[in-house]
Amino acid sequence: MKIKVVVTLKNGVLDPQGKAIQQTLNGMGFNDVSGVRQGKYFEVDVDVKDEKKAKISVEEMCKKLLANLVIEDYKIL
Amino acid sequence: MNSSVIIFPGSNCDRDMDVALRKFGFKNKMVWHDENELPKSDLIVLPGGFSYGDYLRCGSIAGKSKIIKSVIEFAKSGGLVLGICNGFQILTETGMLPGVLQQNKHIEFICKNVFVKIKNNNNKYFKNIKKDILELHIAHNEGNFFCSDQELKFLEDNDQIAVSYCDKNGIIDEGSNPNGALKNIAGIFNKEKNILGMMPHPERMIDKYLSGEDGSVFFENLLSNLK
Repeated sequence: MKIKVVVTLKNGVLDPQGKAIQQTLNGMGFNDVSGVRQGKYFEVDVDVKDEKKAKISVEEMCKKLLANLVIEDYKIL
Repeated sequence: MNSSVIIFPGSNCDRDMDVALRKFGFKNKMVWHDENELPKSDLIVLPGGFSYGDYLRCGSIAGKSKIIKSVIEFAKSGGLVLGICNGFQILTETGMLPGVLQQNKHIEFICKNVFVKIKNNNNKYFKNIKKDILELHIAHNEGNFFCSDQELKFLEDNDQIAVSYCDKNGIIDEGSNPNGALKNIAGIFNKEKNILGMMPHPERMIDKYLSGEDGSVFFENLLSNLK
């Protein structure tokens, strides 16, 4: 089973890459862009048939490795 | 005094650290990350470099290595653990030190000499050190120390800030902050002060003909505090 996870920086945490992307987009003429936050996307293949169990397991992975909870939030899709 | 330097795949300051420790009289051993047990040591060093290619987050993969369990046990029993640069990142990723080292504010790799002010001498690393400002080298892309307001207050209340970026006169201000680190923090201790993580590299400043000697001041002092 494939579980998808998105890890993003918490609100208020500086994201210089997101800022640079935003400024580049503005420079390209996308003037409506007022902010960009860059994150990470994971597809985790888990050999478990029960989706609920797989997600519980992936949640543990998020807490222990995939995200640094000091500055990042995770979302299991 | 016995020291051990842990080598991870991608460490690249391990040999410099070995040379520095031996130069000042440590009997040093190199320990591969896949080992389970540490040799008898008075000091464990997590060296600089790019362990696991900085994949996922700097230090995150190394922080799950086999040997790290023993390093955590060693630190819990009061042993001295020093993390330099990537070693500092590993210490935060394992939770042995609070906070996180984020990407530098201006999204650039910084490689230059800086000055740092020693903020707390009441510990094995800096007790009796003959200077209060050290000129050391930094070389990193992720050295921008960050933590929550609550964590910062805890660090300040417990004198856990070890070294802060400053100018040559010891003035700590925005102009002397190379990477955007919160409060110019260049290195911190754990609450007990046996774990020190810092971005600057003292092992690169141990030869007056090559670089500078403030690293020598650091290592000589550390060794004499351990004797």
